[in-house]
Amino acid sequence: MSEIAIKAENVSKAYQLGEIGTGTISRDLERWWAKIRGKEDPYLRIGETNDRAQKGSSDIVWSLKDITFEINQGDAVGIIGRNGAGKSTLLKILSKVTSPTTGTISGKGRIASLLEVGTGFHPELTGRENIFLNGAILGMRKREITRKFDEIVDFAGVERYIDTPVKRYSSGMYVRLAFAVAAHLESEILIVDEVLAVGDAEFQRKCLGKMEDVSKGEGRTVLFVSHNMASIKALCNRGILLSQGTITSYGDIDTVVNEYSELPFSINPRKRTGTDNVRTSCIKFYNSAKSTISGNDLLFNNHHIIDLYLEVKEQCKDVSIALCFNNLSNQRVTSLWSKFNGELFTLTPGLQKLEFDIPKIRLIPGCYEVIIYIESKGQVLELIYNYTEVTISMPSDTASLESPQQITGYFVEDFKNKLVYDN
Amino acid sequence: MINNATKWEISPANSGFDLKLKETWEYRDLLGLLVKRDFVSFYKQTIFGPLWFLIQPVFTTIIFTFVFGNLAGISTDGLPQPLFYMAGITAWGYFAECLTKTSTVFKDNANIFGKVYFPRLIMPLSIVVSNLVKFGIQFALFLVIMVYYGGKEADFEPNRYVLLFPVLIFLMAAQGLGLGMLISAMTTKYRDLAFLVSFGVQLLMYATTVIYPLSIATEKYQQFSWIIEYNPMTMIIETFRYGFLGAGSFSWESLGYTTLASFIIMLLGIVVFNKVEKNFVDTV
Repeated sequence: MSEIAIKAENVSKAYQLGEIGTGTISRDLERWWAKIRGKEDPYLRIGETNDRAQKGSSDIVWSLKDITFEINQGDAVGIIGRNGAGKSTLLKILSKVTSPTTGTISGKGRIASLLEVGTGFHPELTGRENIFLNGAILGMRKREITRKFDEIVDFAGVERYIDTPVKRYSSGMYVRLAFAVAAHLESEILIVDEVLAVGDAEFQRKCLGKMEDVSKGEGRTVLFVSHNMASIKALCNRGILLSQGTITSYGDIDTVVNEYSELPFSINPRKRTGTDNVRTSCIKFYNSAKSTISGNDLLFNNHHIIDLYLEVKEQCKDVSIALCFNNLSNQRVTSLWSKFNGELFTLTPGLQKLEFDIPKIRLIPGCYEVIIYIESKGQVLELIYNYTEVTISMPSDTASLESPQQITGYFVEDFKNKLVYDN
Repeated sequence: MINNATKWEISPANSGFDLKLKETWEYRDLLGLLVKRDFVSFYKQTIFGPLWFLIQPVFTTIIFTFVFGNLAGISTDGLPQPLFYMAGITAWGYFAECLTKTSTVFKDNANIFGKVYFPRLIMPLSIVVSNLVKFGIQFALFLVIMVYYGGKEADFEPNRYVLLFPVLIFLMAAQGLGLGMLISAMTTKYRDLAFLVSFGVQLLMYATTVIYPLSIATEKYQQFSWIIEYNPMTMIIETFRYGFLGAGSFSWESLGYTTLASFIIMLLGIVVFNKVEKNFVDTV
């Protein structure tokens, strides 16, 4: 099992920013001239980091910088990171869609990559014809597809429509068929990029199950990119955390996921508005036993205590304080607002601690941005977007995938139900 | 399965001299399926299906006969006019189609190329083969017209140079493919060339012996006829007419020149194409 399946050495990838096309002939000539004289490419300056929010000085951005790692055969590796951290670039290089600017990756075994489901599907062709076409595009031989044909159709569950053009398929059926083809590739290495965000819950579970079979049952190597920490944790045993084009951490999946949740949200940079009277100094999360939680990883349906420490300069009256939670799509999901409970505080100068006691946290597993809001009589004392981030996970005794978000929403009420017999 | 797994290595863009022919051969099934896709998707939901392939050459022949044959009165080497034009149009059509379709291969397939790896050469090859199907149907029509004129005892006679036909097809495919790939490789960065192709192909047609025989061109415009003579497509169309209709100019030397030129164009095309292929996703 310790055999190395993929080995990457100093892999970097540079992209040119801005418009490509205007003035490129003169630039190409300059590059070519530099190359002839044995000099470095004048347009590839090392030292720029890939931070979307900041304006760099050159037109080149390093989407990946000096990535070095080894993946053992049979490992299921989850690649996580913020938008723009370089995950997709890494997958693109691994699937040979584009080549690295520097560095090499070597490995052993056929790679099947699923950067998108249904690549090359032709709407006019029937399901049957598309299975063959798509399979061949993914690198299967015709007899291989013929042999697996029934299995694929069965997995996708579209037997009745197999001779109908796929343009008449529902989008769910389309995706099921596409994933089914890819799932039946006989490859030693499987690369999957967030394709599971489609299809219904039953099918998502089926896909994850299939991928689990692939990695655990058949000893094949799986690389999986997703923002869904629950499925990453369920599927992978190792994790790579990318941030701004470099590997921040590589190791056991739980550790890496924890580290990920400590990274600040990059979608909304931390932004503070308000007065100088009150400032948040830190926030701490505890479980029911009052012991600190690492990585802001809270457990669904469990008792949690959150302590908010505030630096107060001048006395403020009638203060209400809120912790608000936004999901990854930036929607407000819920809040803990003292005013909602009719509680107003008087803050006196010094360091103050406010305790939030949550008997059962009912946010659905996932990542949430924490927003701090402090006001007094309608005046905003402090408003901080993206103060920190929490991850909600399912307690290990429940299966997280049994509750897809399409059904549950982001917040679930605490309730009981029973059958009532009127007689 | 895992023990005899093949080793691979991904490295920065290569020189392009690796033609990857072996890898391409391993994907031959994909080639067949792509050809099938092109063909099937062309006639799906049509009544006449593949018959539509015939509309274009028939009408072009009628118009050429009227405009160039009757109005302008350009000689056709003593051949029946429709037969003369049809031969030129059929052969030229194949080359032109290969060229124009191949020249947009990166742009048309950017979506697939950006998501899956397979030897990119498969795509242009599939275009050339797909067009062969279309060419076959048009060629059958040409044969039918030949038989019709044969029945009317028109003045033409096929000879043993007909046997060069497969060679001619190969040479046309090589030129169309090579030139198309050169253009497509360059259009990934410089879109300007894409505008040039459609009307460039038309101009090129007039520099080829489609609507006039080579003998007239060399006789009337001696100082410019070298353009026509050194145009590698000219010899192909001339040989085609010579073999099937027995009129035109043919020499082994010029066929040799054409063969050499075709090979150079094709090799150049593949080399440039392979060089661009590795990183085109970033620039297209």
